[in-house]
Amino acid sequence: MSNIKNAFKNGKAFVAFITCGDPTLETTEQVVKAAAENGADLIELGIPFSDPTAEGPVIQGANIRALSGGVTTDKIFETVKKIRKSVSVPMVFMTYANVVYSYGTERFCKKAREVGMDGIILPDVPFEEKEEFAPACRKYGLDFISLIAPTSNDRISMIAKEAEGFVYCVSSLGVTGVRSEITTDISAMTKLVRQANPDIPCAIGFGISTPEQAKNMARHADGVIVGSAIVKIVEQYANNAAPFVGEYVKSMKTAIENM
Amino acid sequence: MEEKTNKSRGRFGVHGGQYIPETLMNAVTELENAYNHYKDDPEFNRELTELLNEYAGRPSLLYFAKKMTEELGGAKIYLKREDLNHTGSHKINNVLGQALLAKKMGKTRLIAETGAGQHGVATATAAALLGMECVVFMGKEDTERQALNVYRMRLLGSQVIPVTTGTATLKDAVSEAMREWTNRIDDTHYCLGSVMGPHPFPTIVRDFQSVISKEIKAQIMEKEGRLPDAVIACVGGGSNAMGAFYHFINDKSVRLIGCEAAGRGIDTFETAATINTGRLGIFHGMKSYFCQDEFGQIAPVYSISAGLDYPGIGPEHAWLHDTGRAQYVAVTDDEAVEAFEYLSKTEGIIPAIESSHAVAYAMKLAADMDKDKIIVINISGRGDKDVAAIARYRGEEIYE
Repeated sequence: MSNIKNAFKNGKAFVAFITCGDPTLETTEQVVKAAAENGADLIELGIPFSDPTAEGPVIQGANIRALSGGVTTDKIFETVKKIRKSVSVPMVFMTYANVVYSYGTERFCKKAREVGMDGIILPDVPFEEKEEFAPACRKYGLDFISLIAPTSNDRISMIAKEAEGFVYCVSSLGVTGVRSEITTDISAMTKLVRQANPDIPCAIGFGISTPEQAKNMARHADGVIVGSAIVKIVEQYANNAAPFVGEYVKSMKTAIENM
Repeated sequence: MEEKTNKSRGRFGVHGGQYIPETLMNAVTELENAYNHYKDDPEFNRELTELLNEYAGRPSLLYFAKKMTEELGGAKIYLKREDLNHTGSHKINNVLGQALLAKKMGKTRLIAETGAGQHGVATATAAALLGMECVVFMGKEDTERQALNVYRMRLLGSQVIPVTTGTATLKDAVSEAMREWTNRIDDTHYCLGSVMGPHPFPTIVRDFQSVISKEIKAQIMEKEGRLPDAVIACVGGGSNAMGAFYHFINDKSVRLIGCEAAGRGIDTFETAATINTGRLGIFHGMKSYFCQDEFGQIAPVYSISAGLDYPGIGPEHAWLHDTGRAQYVAVTDDEAVEAFEYLSKTEGIIPAIESSHAVAYAMKLAADMDKDKIIVINISGRGDKDVAAIARYRGEEIYE
């Protein structure tokens, strides 16, 4: 059991996603600090991948910017080490199977733990394939985070029973990105998770950008995850993004903290 | 077949599996169940056979290339004429099967990726015939290399979406089609064009393409009274090769040779030869070999052939490679273009630039073999679509 459960102890959790190295790792360091100082309870650090099949245009763009800036997995580990000197909130990596597999799954997990990570999210690894990665995560004390989707239906109980850390509840069909409206019956999904596993927190992601949306989603879950909206701020302000991300995170956390 | 875990499905040795977003898992399970139900269903098979024979023009010819054989002075060369199929390539075999299956599943819309445009054209054709909506994703670079095929798809009533992400080629078209599928699943079937992607696609596509080796076997037995010594096919994702190999896998005397696109050479970065230059990885739903850098970033591959310009290879090929049952060789742009011109002049058959990779290797191999040996080259498609690009390659600008 990792540190992740602590993220869900301060009211509804706000989870911030940041693509590492967009546009530089120095900016990432500042942005992560700003997010943590302004109320982010958990931080997802995206390791960029050349072909992120679960991402919409905004995060795809961040991946391209980061990779063309020369970011590598090793450089990201170094940055996390630096971030950990001042940031104590739980942090998980979000990346794609090949980034971990190609590095050597065991070697990746060991390194990730050493630099202070708490878990891994791989959107292209479903329940049926998790044994490829989960044993190495377990060995080094990382939570392997499971996702459920609006199409999961009868799969939810099976996934929730074996879930670690929290369940990443995908709000909508399609890829990541800001949406004006989320139409999925989220409460039905989180109810099925709780029936199968009353102890696992549920955080909702995909499409959330405004405090109102966050509030609506948080009613049905233990936390909300925001990616594209933050990445957009970083895209707009580049190396000066940290204070703007901080301000945004504060507005989002304020909207959900006393629910 | 060895399996990594008992939960993982669709393994070929360590390769294969289902590395896809959770959103798609029920969709691939539904597809697998439907396929298992219909594959042995007499009515489904009757309908499919009728489409293949009456509409696509099967069986395709197995042609003895007498002039080529005499000129090269070695093994007897037979050409399996998949280029004569309706829409001009082997792609129609798989597409008719999948479109019919999708229709039985109640789907009304097909989406597909395409590289050279052959699979896109085949899918657009099946959609027109079966009254389904169709959207094809094609790398922007490829829409320019294969402009004729883009218009062809639109003529057939399909929408073609140019993909600008990444290298704007086949791999990006696959990524975009996958993204679209996670966005719209209920009424949509992803008609994947090669023996790749998550299970059950590698198996389904192989089964629908295996009609090629089934026919070769019967035809060569009739003409020669024995099995060939080698079957040669080009390999990108690997569907025509898998189809041409499949019924020979247990006939150990038959050499199976896949020809990868070496582009400007396997010692350059401008190559798409996955087995020859890649390593084990996980991408586009499967574990297999991929061209990638040391941190697992997928390499921007290159080949003159838009259909072979893909950084991975189907999992069953990866397994045939691991077990040594099939051999994978690399053929450069130069060699392929020469073979393209050679077959055109020698036999009056203009092969697709993809298939020309197989022709190029066969030319080398045949010359070194005894005259009593027999090789079969799978001519996976016709080369009309490539004429302008070959002219350009030879420094001549022509307008389509």
